[in-house]
This record gives sequence, structure tokens and C-alpha cells, in this order.
Amino acid sequence: MNSFPWLTLLLIIPAAAAVVVAAVPRRLGTLAKQVTLAVTLVEFVLALLATIAYEPAKAGFQFSQKYSWIKQFGISYSVGADGISLVLILLATLLVPIVVLASWDEVDAASPDGAPVAGRRSVPAFFALLLALEAGMVGVFAATDVFLFYVFFEAMLIPMYFLIGSYGPVKEQAQRSYAAVKFLLYSLFGGLLMLAAVIGLYVVSSDQLGTGTFDFATLRQLDITPGVQKLLFLGFFIAFAIKAPLFPFHTWLPDAGAQSPTGGAILLVGVLDKVGTFGLIRYCIPLFPDASSYFAPVVLALAVIGIFYGALLAIGQRDMKRLVAYTSLAHFGFIAMGTFALTSQAGTGAVLYMVNHGLSTGLLFLVVGFLVARRGSRDVGAYRGMAQVTPVLAGVFLIAGLSSLALPGLNSFVSEFLVLAGTFTRYRALAIVATAGIVLAAIYILYLYQRTMTGPVVSEDARGVLDLSVREKIVVAPVVALIIALGIYPKPLIDIVRPTVTATFEDAGHTDPTPTAPVNASQAGGHS
Amino acid sequence: MPHEVGHEVGYAAASGVFSATWLLLVLPLAGALILLLGGRRTDRWGHLLGTAASAASFVVGLVLFFGLRGRAADDRQVAQHLFSWISVNGFQVDAGLLFDQLSAVFVLLITGVGTLIHIYSIGYMAHDPGRRRFFAYMNLFLASMLLLVLGDNFLVLYAGWELVGLSSFLLIKFWEYKPAAATAANKAFYMNRVGDVGLALAIMLMFATVGSTNYDSVLGAAAADVIGYGTLTAIALLLLLGACGKSGQFPLQAWLPDAMEGPTPISALIHAATMVTAGVYLIARASPIFTETQAARTVVVIIGAVTIIIGCVIGCAYDDIKKVLAYSTVSQIGYMFLAVGLGPAGYALGIAHLLAHGFFKAGLFLGSGSVIHAMDDEQDMRKYGGLWRLMPVTWATFGLGYLAIIGLPPLSGFFTKDKIIEAAFDKGGTSGYLLGLTALLGAGITAFYMTRLFLLTFHGERRWSSSGEHAKHPHESPRVMTGPMALLAVGSVFAGGLFIVGGTLQDWLAPVFGEGHEEGAHTLSPAVVTALTLLVAAGGFAGAYLRYQLRPVEAVGRPDSEVGLVTVAARHDLYANTFNETVFMRPGQYLTRFLVWLDTVGVDGLVRGTAAGIGGLSGRLRRTQTGFVRSYALSMLGGAVLVVMTALLVRTG
Repeated sequence: MNSFPWLTLLLIIPAAAAVVVAAVPRRLGTLAKQVTLAVTLVEFVLALLATIAYEPAKAGFQFSQKYSWIKQFGISYSVGADGISLVLILLATLLVPIVVLASWDEVDAASPDGAPVAGRRSVPAFFALLLALEAGMVGVFAATDVFLFYVFFEAMLIPMYFLIGSYGPVKEQAQRSYAAVKFLLYSLFGGLLMLAAVIGLYVVSSDQLGTGTFDFATLRQLDITPGVQKLLFLGFFIAFAIKAPLFPFHTWLPDAGAQSPTGGAILLVGVLDKVGTFGLIRYCIPLFPDASSYFAPVVLALAVIGIFYGALLAIGQRDMKRLVAYTSLAHFGFIAMGTFALTSQAGTGAVLYMVNHGLSTGLLFLVVGFLVARRGSRDVGAYRGMAQVTPVLAGVFLIAGLSSLALPGLNSFVSEFLVLAGTFTRYRALAIVATAGIVLAAIYILYLYQRTMTGPVVSEDARGVLDLSVREKIVVAPVVALIIALGIYPKPLIDIVRPTVTATFEDAGHTDPTPTAPVNASQAGGHS
Repeated sequence: MPHEVGHEVGYAAASGVFSATWLLLVLPLAGALILLLGGRRTDRWGHLLGTAASAASFVVGLVLFFGLRGRAADDRQVAQHLFSWISVNGFQVDAGLLFDQLSAVFVLLITGVGTLIHIYSIGYMAHDPGRRRFFAYMNLFLASMLLLVLGDNFLVLYAGWELVGLSSFLLIKFWEYKPAAATAANKAFYMNRVGDVGLALAIMLMFATVGSTNYDSVLGAAAADVIGYGTLTAIALLLLLGACGKSGQFPLQAWLPDAMEGPTPISALIHAATMVTAGVYLIARASPIFTETQAARTVVVIIGAVTIIIGCVIGCAYDDIKKVLAYSTVSQIGYMFLAVGLGPAGYALGIAHLLAHGFFKAGLFLGSGSVIHAMDDEQDMRKYGGLWRLMPVTWATFGLGYLAIIGLPPLSGFFTKDKIIEAAFDKGGTSGYLLGLTALLGAGITAFYMTRLFLLTFHGERRWSSSGEHAKHPHESPRVMTGPMALLAVGSVFAGGLFIVGGTLQDWLAPVFGEGHEEGAHTLSPAVVTALTLLVAAGGFAGAYLRYQLRPVEAVGRPDSEVGLVTVAARHDLYANTFNETVFMRPGQYLTRFLVWLDTVGVDGLVRGTAAGIGGLSGRLRRTQTGFVRSYALSMLGGAVLVVMTALLVRTG
């Protein structure tokens, strides 16, 4: 099955569908929704089949395809999947149909206070943007040509920009434009630094090999001098640190998170930002192993600062969407820490974290979106005692929150503990400090829950708020199920991710520290 | 279906009846899931299903217990491997269960007392619209607690540990429309998480040191002396931090009294009989580690001793019946900590007191629930009085629990507490005397405040009226409630003797804790210790009798300005909350506010300023699409310059 063009299909289907849906007349909004939902479901099934066809034990990229694109510069259309990119593609294709169904009424619905907004916003365009975004996300993870990666990296910005700028909160015209532009400028700035580094790589390759190339596998083999590595590393790293984002490159995120429509926020924080953390482990570490070791202390410091900084700021927020955005800053800190601890446990944990964070934060944004759709406000003050009125919504909210605070038995615990334990074996003090962050995670989640869900109901009219509809239950059910299933039995995911991460670190010359007083091998369990 | 493969060298593989070990967990878990997912459809029979699930788990526990007894004494550790949980190269953690002598007694306590409390709750929660949800959470708690005591490695224990915290959180905030309940639930979770940090770090340190988190590997390495003393002590102290959080021990005791906001059966189940003893279980389970580190054990006994006194002093000051019982729990667990901190001499004694306490404290809480129920949710003991005629069964069962806790021979508490005091003296030296005298003093104060509680509630004048606006009509509780109370009273009477006399429990647990302890040199002869203990307790009783039976009691306590400094301090939980608020909460709030300000003004401003320096973007950020095009062009230009520069640098570098 490995000759089957899985990735190209996954790329073409949403891209083509985006064009088709964009061409649907405005008045046929429902048709646009139905087509989008069908396409994204097919896309997810396809990604699932690809995951089944993937052979984790085999080294290197699978489902590879390569066609020359711009010969003069050695640029090619080149795609392939490894364990890391595959699970992220799976996450992206899972979340898109959920977002589609969650956004079903968001664009054409009257705003909560009854003012009609239809007519100003095109329903087909919204769903076409989602499809275009999906194509971009698949492309950025599947690309194995660094230039192609850059192209997708930038291309993703465009649909996201319009999702925020045109489909954010109706009444906050100025704020959403500001957020959209801020998002775009930050990303463009990082993208340009990366472009410079990409070109730098090309120059190095042409010096060493005679002909320049952007092929990732070839670039990996280059022997770059440490000084140049540091420069190029910074180009990539800053781009990724803005995208992920890491402290102090994060200030665009709360604005963008708050001003995105629910679906946009889910894809932005759940998947798009993962391109940054994905880039750290896919590009920074293999391409610049010496620079990675050199800068590791700095990255780790930023990561741990982010864990606390994001958590404290989340505690201080009243805008629920901003709050969730800040929790993500803390989570990205964990991911970056896991990546740059340079052990296979922490690295595997970091990649799992990317997936799990997509699920938990996705669910948090969904629930917050449901609340906002009901009461028209993102401010915690508009809510109190909602658990009495909407018990199912409150229950789902709590599950999402517990996943976010990494309760054992739920998905995030596995990744967070792997990150911490893997970091601990190399950087004890750092891991100790980071572990203290789990107390803050409990506070930002449960304090939010307390303010919105418990106590007497906020007002008489809030008593009339409806609990989750059937559509909304269908939207959250698969995410809730996965959050629980991947907490109890994460093995299928770990088995895909572990070999790639292990190889990545080994190739870059990093081996796991050995226990200081190991018990004999028969007791320590089978090493593989 | 689980594999029947013993994966550990040291443990026998689960076969025969032991292949059903997993059912212990899954029965209550299934109950919880059915009740939570089934929604209102299960309202009518939800409580029955929940109780049945708990009872079924108890039956399985009994079968396994007798199965274990039927095996040779050196072959009573049966492991069941379920599946590989987290496996990344050197980090291998399985979902595995261990049914041994220690987990067996905990399983029986948890499911046995748990089932009685389920039955009681059928009556207690009969008129609560959320009764089904209540039973779902109780089942979830049982499953979590069983996971905690059945796991065969520290990470599975940790999972149970945090899930127990979740169940406790859900049950404390069961009446979450009350802000106090929601606040108490959050406080409990936060403080528990502080302890959990310790446990998590201990596990990481085990992994970094031994390369495993399995009991047999870690504990085996500790016993074999291959781990350095410093590391071993660090692991032990981190475990202790976790234990203090879950068991409400100093300095993490402040959440437990607040947790009384939950329904009373929960106070009995979680905050008296089972969950709060998890810290004692953890230390007992990790006994090979603690045995090897005198330094850590010293800290354990100090914490135990300090907590005994804290609980006793505050217990004397409160008028809320549940708060007094809560602080009494804090103090009794202090005895258990003291015991297990004594090392091989005390592990089994700590467990014996834990089990006996499970009976009498659960009985006391259920009795208090019966009273609270009868008095229309009034919890102030000063508004009780003379209830014994109206509630004879509650009076009798509560009375037996009360006599057990103050250590009247030959009831449970007498045997178990007496032995701990004796062992404390036997530690020898000055420290032995200090600990022994502290424990002795605690016994006296316990007798005082428990007598006070008993007299205020059941005897003396009626400080309530059966007519008027706040009319009360106390009545005995229904049989579904008094039945469990009676059974627990039976346990309160006999359990202690059963465990201690002839060393039954000590022998049973010996393979877990090692035979190390030699009966030998006593600092004080057992008879003297017993006599002293009884004397001190009698003194406490007499004090309370004189003050609260022979003299009239005001229905309203005197204000702070008219009582002594110690009483004021005790009424304010010895300022533990004030301390936490001043040292952690307020500065935390200020820091948060400062950071929120900093992030919008400082970091954002700084980055925008830098951007302005590089590309002149700042002003355009405020504009919309038109400005954006120009900014884009500008940043393109900036980028192009960067590209050229990089290319040059790469060439020359």
C-alpha cells in the first residue's frame, strides 16, 4: 500500500473542495455545509486508513512522492510521512469535521442579542476557508522539501487571516481586524526569518554538494559548521517560537484566540500552532544538532518561564477565550521543554502532547463557544451556576478542563508525565520547577469552572439557557471518547510516535541518560 | 480480557480466583459509568445499582482474601498484568495489579465500609434530587481508591491517587450551588495537588535512579541498599509530601475541615475512613524505603506528633459537630503517621489503627449525619442537647464509636492507640519520651473534646425548641441508616482486639514489612503505658464532664473577645488559612495582576517596539486592511535584506 498516493490525495481533496465550495452561491449555504462536512469526513477516513497502512517499525519517510517543481533551484513537490507528521495529520483531519459541525449555525445565525447579521457574511466562503486551511495543514506536515514546507507555512496564514478578520465576533470589528493583522504580521515576520534560513540551507548545500537542494533528507546529511548552524537555527527557531508560541513571542495569541470564531480558534491553537512545535522537532533538531544542544538551555528556560507565565496569566483572565489561549502558552512550554530535553521519553511525550493538547484545548474552545453562543459574552461574569441549568455542558467542560490539567486516566497525563520524567533524567532542577506548574494548572482550570459553573445561577434569564443540543453532543462525543481512551490506552499512538522520535534524537547524537542505580535487566522490563 | 501472566519476578501470576482481581475495580467503575451516562433514566434505581456494584466488589474482595489466606504464607503476593500502559524505551509502565496482604486489608476496608455507607446514603440522600449522581460519584471514588491500593507500581498508584482527589472534589462540591461547597472543593484539589507534586517527583526520581517504577524493582533496590542514602531520603521525603496532602497532615491539613461541606456520608467515606488514610498506605507500601532512611522517618514522626496536637487543640474549639470530627480525623491520622514513622516496630500498628479508625470514625460520622438529619441540617452542637431519648439507636451506636476513639478497654481504639503510644516510648532516648508523651497528651485531649462532643449532642439540657419559628422535631433515622451504623458500631467494639490481641494483623502483614521488630527492651513496661493512657484519658473525660455536664452550656458560644488566646487561635484553625492566604494566595494574586498588566503593556509593547525598530510596523498595527498591505510590503523588504545578509554570513561563516 505504500505506493498509494495517500498524502497527495489528502492534500488535493480539501484543496479542490475549497474551490468548489467557494463557487457555491451564497443562498445555498446549507449545500456548502453539507459538501464540506462530507468531504472532511472522507478526508478523515482516508487519514485513518493511511495511519493503518503506516508501518511504524520502518525507518525513514513513508508514502513518499517526489516531483521536480522548480528545477533551477532544486525545489520539488516532495511529500512523506513519519510517525510525528502522521499523528498530526490525523489530528488535523479529525478536528476539521468537528469544527465544521460545530460551526454549522455560527456564521448565518443571528447574533445572540437578536440583531441579524446574515447577508454580510458568506456561508460558503467560510467553509471554503476551512477547507483551504485543512489543505494547508496537511501540506505543512507532509512536506519533505524545506521550500515546500515554507510555502505551506505561509499559505496557511491566508485562510486563517480571513477567518479571524471576517468571521470573528460580529460587534468587535476593530478588535478582530487588529487581532487578524497582528497574527499575520507576527507570522510573516517569523516566516521571513525562516525563509532566510531556508535559503541559507540552500547555499550551504550548494557549497557542499555542488548543486543546491531543498530536500530535507539530503539537507540532514550536510555537515554544517557550528557557527552557521547557530544562525540558521535561530532563523527557524524564532519562526517556530512565534508560531507555537513561546514566551515572549506570544502576545498575538490571546488576541487571535479571542477574536477567532470558535472553529477558527480550535484550528488555530489546536493545529496551526503545532506547526511551530512540529518544526522544532522535525527541523531544528535534525538539521542543526550542534546548535540545538547549544541553544537548549535557552529554549528550556523560555519553556519553563512560559509554563508559569501562561498559567498565571490564565488565572488572571476574565475573557474565557483569552484564558484558554494563555493555558496553551503554558502547554506549549511543556512541549518545547519535552523537545529540548533531548531524551526519547520527553520527546515522545512532547509529540503526544501536541495531539492531546489539540483534543483538550479543542474541547475547551468548543465548550466556551457553546457558552458564548448562548449568552453572547466571553466574560466570566456573564456566567455563574450554569451547572444547574446546563448539566451536560458543565460535565463536558469539566472533562475538557481535567484533560487540560493532566488528570491521570485522561490523555494529557500520559504526555505530560513523559515530558516531565524524560526531562528529569537530564535536567533535574528544571523538571522539579516545571512539575510545580501542575498546581497552577489545577488553579486556572478549576477556578474557571468555579466561577462559571458553580454557585447560584447568575441571573433569572440565564435559567432559560438550553443544555447541549443533539448536534452539539455529536460534536463533543468523539473528542470526549478520545480523551478518555488515549488516557487509558495510549499505546497505539505511542507505537507510531516513539520510533521516529527515538531515531531523530539518536541521529542527532543524543542518547537517553541511564539510570544511576539500575535494577538488573530482567526486572527493569523489556527494553526495545 | 486481561492476560494471566505474572510479569514480575517477585510476584506470583494471578490465576484461579485471582484472575478476577480486575473485577474489584471494574464493578464500581461500571456502576459509575452507567449512572453518569444513563442520565435521568437511571434516577429510579441508580442508588440500588450503585450499592449493588459496591457490594459485589466487596464480595469479590472477600473471595480473594480467603483465597490469599489459603495460600502458603510466603506466596501471598499475586500480580495481575492487564496491559502495557506507557512504554517508551527505558520507561516501561504496565497497568498491573498486586493483591497482597497489605492491599487485601485495604480492599476489605474500602469495599466493606464503603458498602455500608452506600446503604446508609440510600436513606440519607432519599430526598435529594441528585441522588443518582451522588451514587455515581461514590462508585467512582471506590474504583479510584481501589486502583490506588491495587496498583503494582507507583505510577498506577499515582493515577488512583489523583482520581481519588477528583472523586473527593466532585463529592465536596456535590451541592455546588452553595459557593462555600464549591470553594471548599477547589481548595481541597489545590492543596492535594501540592502534595501530588511531591509524589510525582518521587516517581520521577525513582525512574531516574532505578529505571523503573514497579514496586518490586524500586522497593527491592531500596532493600538491597543499591540506592544512595541521599537519594533514598529524597524519595522518602517527596513521598511524604504527597502523603501529607492526601491525609491532611501538617502543613497541608487546612483543606480537610472545609471538605465537610460535602454530604455527611462523604465525610465518613472519604474524609475519615478511606481516602485520607491513603497517605498512611503510601508510607506503608514504601516501607522498605522508609526503613532504610532514619532521617526521613524522623520527619514522619515529627509531622505525626505535630498533627496529633494540632487536631486535638482545634478539635476542642469548634462547635460544629462535623468540624470537630474532621479535626479528630486529622489528629488520629497523626497517630498513624507517628506509628509508621517508627519503622518496622510501627508499620503494622499504624495499619491496625487505620483499620480500627475506619470503623469507629465512619460510625461517628454516620451518627453525626443521623443527628444533623434529625435537626434539620443544624450542625452547631450548642444547639443540640438531650437527644439520647429521642434517638436511642444513634445514641448507642455513636456512643460505642465515641468510647472506642477515647480508648476505653476493651474497645477497638484502646488496643490500637495504646500500642502506638507504647511503641513511641520504646523508640528510646529523649525523642522516644517526647513522642510518647505527645501521644499520651493527645489521648487525654481526645478524651476531652470527644466527651464534650458527646455530652453536648446527646446529654444535658435541650438547647433547641420544638415550637416556634425554628422548631425542631428530632426523630430516629430510618433502618436503612441505623443498620449500617449498628454494623460499624460492632466493628468499633471488636476490630481492635481482633487485630492486636495475639498479633494477628502483625503476623499477617509481616511478609510486607519484614520481621525486623524484636519484642524486647521496653522503655516503660506495657502495663505502665496502659495505666498512664487510661489515667490521662480519664482526666480528659472528667474535665469535659465537669465543664459540659455539671455546668450549664450556652446555646451560643462566647465571642472571641471573651475567650483565651489559645481558643481564639484554635477557632481560626491555628491560623493555617491566614498563613496560606498571606504567604501564597495574596502574593499570587498580586503577581497575577502585575503579569496581566505587564503582558499587555510590557511584553506586547516591547515586541511591538522592536518591530517598529526593525520594520516600522508599529503604527500600522492599529490600522486595518489598507495599512496591512503596506506593512506587508515593508516586511517583505526587511525579509529580503535579511535573506541577503544570511546568505553572506553563511558564505563567510
